[in-house]
This record gives sequence, C-alpha cells and structure tokens, in this order.
Amino acid sequence: MEHNPSQLAQASKVDVPDIQFVGVTKRFGNVAAVDNVDLSVESGAFFSFLGPSGCGKTTSLRMIAGFEQPTEGNVYINGQSVVGIPPHKRHVNMVFQQYALFPHMDVADNIGYGLRQRAPRPSKSEIAKRVDETLELVRLEGYGNRRVWEMSGGQQQRVALARALINHPTVLLLDEPLAALDRKLRREMQIELQTLQRDVGITFVLVTHDQEEALSMSDQICIMNEGRIVQTGSPRDLYDDPVSRYVADFVGKSNFFEGDVVDVNAGSYSIKSATGQVFSGFGSKGAPALVKGGKASIAVRPELLSIGSADGGNIDADVKILGQIKNRIFLGEHTEYLVECEGLGEVLVLSPKHIENIRGTFEPGASVTLGWMNDIALALGD
Amino acid sequence: MRLYSIAVYLFLYIPIGIIVLFSFNSGRHASDFQGLSTMWYGKALSNPFVMESLVTSLIIAFAAATLSSLTGTAAALALQRMRGPMRVLFDGLIYISITIPGIVIGITTLVALVTAFDIVNPILADMWPEGVKPPKLSLGYASVIAAHTLFTMSLVIVLVRARIAGMDRALIEASTDLYATPWRTFYQITLPQIFPAIMAGFLLSFTFSFDDFIISFFVAGPNTTLPIYVFSSIRRGITPEVNAIGTIVLAFSLILLVTAQFLLRARNERK
Repeated sequence: MEHNPSQLAQASKVDVPDIQFVGVTKRFGNVAAVDNVDLSVESGAFFSFLGPSGCGKTTSLRMIAGFEQPTEGNVYINGQSVVGIPPHKRHVNMVFQQYALFPHMDVADNIGYGLRQRAPRPSKSEIAKRVDETLELVRLEGYGNRRVWEMSGGQQQRVALARALINHPTVLLLDEPLAALDRKLRREMQIELQTLQRDVGITFVLVTHDQEEALSMSDQICIMNEGRIVQTGSPRDLYDDPVSRYVADFVGKSNFFEGDVVDVNAGSYSIKSATGQVFSGFGSKGAPALVKGGKASIAVRPELLSIGSADGGNIDADVKILGQIKNRIFLGEHTEYLVECEGLGEVLVLSPKHIENIRGTFEPGASVTLGWMNDIALALGD
Repeated sequence: MRLYSIAVYLFLYIPIGIIVLFSFNSGRHASDFQGLSTMWYGKALSNPFVMESLVTSLIIAFAAATLSSLTGTAAALALQRMRGPMRVLFDGLIYISITIPGIVIGITTLVALVTAFDIVNPILADMWPEGVKPPKLSLGYASVIAAHTLFTMSLVIVLVRARIAGMDRALIEASTDLYATPWRTFYQITLPQIFPAIMAGFLLSFTFSFDDFIISFFVAGPNTTLPIYVFSSIRRGITPEVNAIGTIVLAFSLILLVTAQFLLRARNERK
C-alpha cells in the first residue's frame, strides 16, 4: 500500500512516539479505571494492552480514540495533546470488538465511509479505487456489493479492518478484535494481522485478555492490573524477566512455591516454604528488591522442570522435590504432567518428547522426583 | 379455561363482524339483512358530508402524525442522553399522557385553549390597526391537530426510544471514529437505524388521530371529522351506510397497524 506524505514525515521523526500517556487517570465516579499511567508507543510498533477485564486496558484504548477523556493527565498522539479533541477530529481508527459494521450499508459503503466524511470529499471514482485496493489488501476482492450480515465472522472482521485501514490512520486501535472468532480462525487472523501490520507499517495498538494472542503478535506488551501498568516490555522480556508473580502468572504458565524470604545474597533470594524446604531464585531485572522476612514466591516454568523416578537418581538438579503424578496429557511434542507435591500443591511439568524417548514416560499415580537448577528459578513478589 | 377464552374473543369480535357483514346489506335497515350488496359503500362514498368529513379527518391525522413524528423523535433522542431524576420525571410524564383517558385530554385541552383564546384575542385586537379586522383565534383544525399531537407524540417517543435502546452504541462510535461529525453521524447512521420506528410511530399516530372521537368532539369547533359525522348520523338511526363507513375505517386502520408492526418486526429480525 502506498504511503501518504504525512506518514513518511512521521516515520522520519522517530523521536516522537505515536502515542504518549503522561500521568493519565480516568475516574468513573470514585473508581479509577486508569490510575496515573505513563506510557509511550513507538511509531510502527505492534503494541498490546494485556490484562483481565476491568484492568483499564479498554478505557486506555478509548482515551486514545477519544471516546473517553482523561480525568487527569495528558494523552498525546504524534506529539500533539489530544485532550478535549473529539473522536472525529483524531487521525486514529478503531476496529471494534463486535465490529460495529453499519448494517444498512453494503461492504464497499462501509469501507468507504471514512473517506466520504473527508473535506474535501474525494471523487466517487477515487473512493471506489481505494475501496477496491483495500478489499484486496484484506483478501476480500469482489465482496464489495455484499450486505454485511451475509458475511461470516472472519469476513466481517476483515471488513472492519479494511474500514479502518483505508484511512491510513496514525494508529490503528483494535479492541479485542479476535474475541468473537473461533479458535482456528483466531490463529489465522493473528498471523494475518501481524503480516498486515508489517505491510502497511501503521502502528497497531491492541487490547486483549488473551496472553497467547498478545505474546504471538506484539512487539511490546503492557500488562495492566487495577488501572495501573504492572510491566511493559517485549514478549520475551515479560516471559523471562517478569517483575512480579502477577506477570509470571499472566504470561505463559508458571509454578510458584510460596514462602518467607530467609536469605538475601547478591540478587539471589532464599525462601523457606511451609514444608520447611528452602528454595532459591534470582530476582528479576527491574523488579523491586525483596526484603528479608517478607512473602515471596519462587517461580519455575513448567518446561524448565525435569521429571525422574522416585529415587531421584537420574536427573541433574540443584533442587529436588517429591510428588505423585495426578494427571498426564500427551500433547505430541510434549507430555504435560500434573504432579501433586505434598505441602507445595500441584506442579505442572512439560516434558519434551526427545527426553521421554530416552527416559520413558511416567504413569498417573507413580511417585516421581521433580528437579530444577537454581539459575532458572525466579524469586518474585506478588 | 379454553372455552372461557373463546367466549371472550367471541364477545369482542362478533359485534365487529356483524358491522362488517351488515355493511354489505342490500336492505334499507341496519338490523334487517336482505342479501349481499356493496350499494351502501357507493352511497357512503358519494355522500358529500361523508367525503368532506373524511377529508377533514385525513388532513388532521396527517398533520398530527407528521408533527408528533418530528417532535417525538427529537424528544426521544434528547431523553436518551438524559440521566438521573429528570429522566425519570419525563419518562413518567410520557406514560401518563398515554394512559390518561381521552375525555380528560379533551376537556383539559378545551379549557386550556378557550382560556388562552380569551387572553390572547383582546391583545391581538388591541395590537391591530384601526379599521383592519384583527385575527381571532378559535377552535378549528389547529386545535384538533395540537390536541392529537399531544398524545400521539408519546407513542412515537416510546417506539423510537425502544429502537434507540436496541441499537448498537458502537455504531455511533464507529461513525465518529471514522471522522463523521455529530450531525453527519445522526443522518447517516442514527436516522436510518431508527427510521422504521419513526414510520411505525407515524402510522400509529395517524390511526389514533384518524379514529379519535372524544378529543375531536371537544376541540374540533365547527369542523366535522369522520368519527364525529358517524356519531351524529347514528342519532338519526343506524343505517347500513354507517356500517359501511365503519368497515372502511376499520380496514384502513388495520392496514396501517399491520404495516407499523411489520416495520418494527422486520428490522429487529434482521439484527
């Protein structure tokens, strides 16, 4: 797709973020939906707000679109404060959760809607040309004359995308765009959205509660909880260096062993669990330091755990715990074990196929040893 | 239980059926059926008094329905944005104006209008220059139209409100997000979405106004609407001609009501 001159100009001013929040708070009555948030979205990024419902992610998106105004603080689009500017004067476009396609218009009229509102209004032939190009972009050639309710969910989704993208917005906002699609289609659309974003070079800001969706598509993820940002970073940063148990739990799967901090030693923490066992782990980059005597958790990813026979002889690990297999799920390249460990709760283990091939599998009910190396364990506060 | 409900329906609809049947009577008397004929329809339609009152009724119904559609839609849109106790108050007022008996509307409108005329007319007479006949406000078309608009407007408000409530809010947001000004959003998105409800409101208002006797009777002044004509002709005895008029009005009203229902239903199903 061609770039219009203003976009090229924006792309050259790399130091100005496309979106910036400075001390933004939004209150509904006494409830702060968004609480003193600072963030910036770089030009050309695929940025995601991730969090459970009610965490303030949708309100943040709606403040970018202009449907909500911040109670305090400032929102900047492309370096310009947009506080008080209504949605129709902002050069951002949104893909709505239920698509919000206009039911009384056909597909082409839906897509051309934004162009027809422009002053001066482009000629009919110009609009038709752009609509056709955009239909092609979202792989809906020839669907222009369809009524929107005749389209399948996935097609409606593409119409909604086309209707926003045709305007070449500074930022494309996506509000849980894949939530209404079935699993297989969602996977397809994730890949398609990513490809589309690279092709058009427009900044995408996505809101989702689905961690897999956020991890697979985004360059940057902003994890929110109760109106505040918990952590912002690349998917890999969030996975490898979560700043809190909340993040580690939200991004990927993790096992947590809780206890009191008993020893602090050069970024490494020791925690004594209720069973009396002592576990150690490193503090995460960027996380606040834990204090001796406080509560903390040692987090271990399921794929970093080794599983061995009850005598514990055949695994190489710093820490070993005993347990009994409660459930086993064969997932192809992995086998997933749910292991009940006395006093520590259920522990999830992902055992890769090539190791299973050598060591054999374990039956449900079998007693096993779980082990891990201290350098892969993380010590996290809540 | 089933017998009981059948009896209720028979009780309700047999008189109407008899009127329809007797309107095709070829005999001279309403109560004496002598065979099928459409002659009373011809008689009714060639009666200048009937035609004149029909035209009067149509003008009043059309004007009242148009006015109430416009004002009712505007009120519904405004009420939708209102919050808090004022909204409760206005909601209450709307339902009151629907449930209030026609005779009360008739009397109160008459009293209000006459009182207003008594105050305004002398002032107008004073204002006009010597020798020119001053305009004199009196009961007539305007008063009936005003009175009918007063209660049919509430119907439009209720219908349009329901339609707005059923409408996806995101459509309006999508439109403003796509650079449409509030005004353009209104006529490109909101209006097409609520139009079936407005039309249904128009048709219902038309029917209510067209069929109304009580209110018109009080405030019509010298004008004779069709229901008033029928009422006055009954005093000279019920003729098959009255039955014929009744049947025409019935058919006309039913067609409008069914159309209104169809408009409301068709749009909802498509959603």
